Amino acid sequence: MSAFRVEVRVMPRAALLDPQGQAVEHALHALGFGEVARVRMGKHLVLEVKAASRDEALERARAMCDRLLANPVTEDYDLAVDGGATR
Amino acid sequence: MKRVAVIVFPGSNCDAETLAAARAAGADAYFVWHRDTDLRQADVVILPGGFSYGDYLRSGAIARFSSVMGAVAEHARAGGAVLGICNGFQILCEAGLLPGGLMRNARLRFLSRPVWVRVEQTDTPFTCLYEPGQVLELPVAHGDGRYVVDARTAAELEATDRVVWRYVRDNPNGSTNEIAGVTNAGRNVVGIMPHPERRDAPALGGQDGARVFHSMEARHATQHAADVRAVDDRHLRV
Repeated sequence: MSAFRVEVRVMPRAALLDPQGQAVEHALHALGFGEVARVRMGKHLVLEVKAASRDEALERARAMCDRLLANPVTEDYDLAVDGGATR
Repeated sequence: MKRVAVIVFPGSNCDAETLAAARAAGADAYFVWHRDTDLRQADVVILPGGFSYGDYLRSGAIARFSSVMGAVAEHARAGGAVLGICNGFQILCEAGLLPGGLMRNARLRFLSRPVWVRVEQTDTPFTCLYEPGQVLELPVAHGDGRYVVDARTAAELEATDRVVWRYVRDNPNGSTNEIAGVTNAGRNVVGIMPHPERRDAPALGGQDGARVFHSMEARHATQHAADVRAVDDRHLRV
């Protein structure tokens, strides 16, 4: 068993309105950052996971996302283990 | 007299009003703590409003794994009536007992004000005493009230008459198709974002919400009561 650091990125579905992202986008424009075309805002979770292998850590983290960390109706998620990004 | 279990989660804050509204309609209503697994032969289960678990992660996401939710799902599967109000609606969606989900209000602000909803369906356990098309004034108090569902499910909800209440005059939170409340395919599980329990007496500024509770009490023996009998505190399937 070793410890893996799993980073979870949860984002609102691309097709759905993201009012928080829009509010941040408007604030950036108001500050003169006109080059920002779009902002979307989600959540970033960092998990310390004990697992026998990297694949196992990833598999368990995926199960956690499917059950609790992301809502499949409204959100999508990405996982990264120990710095290496994996879809 | 219906036995009505009002579930209390840590962070529920409309539980007392909901219990009072059910009792005012004549029900034998009582609280069930979220750690309990026994609904004590409830005919109806109500998940009240509030901020269960501080709305951490997503509204309702943690509450839906409370011990009591297994019994609530079993009750729903047996055809028993379930009502989720506000946070209760969010919990039912998170639990998959109702389709869709509730996201941050389109204009971000927490809304605490009256809204107007039209009763679209009167063949549910919580709307059977309303007139079809009746417009109700009810308060909302939510930050995450924007009902979201994929286009296919939205079309299915419309085609199968499962939108129970719809916002009229304005859409306060940007909900898909102005949806304020829905029911499941079995029409026994119902969720509503506004608070009927806060408008059940003239002293509260109106009583447009009272018939939600009177409907539940008036409704004849539920399917649940017909196929599940309680003997010595045990439920027997017959």
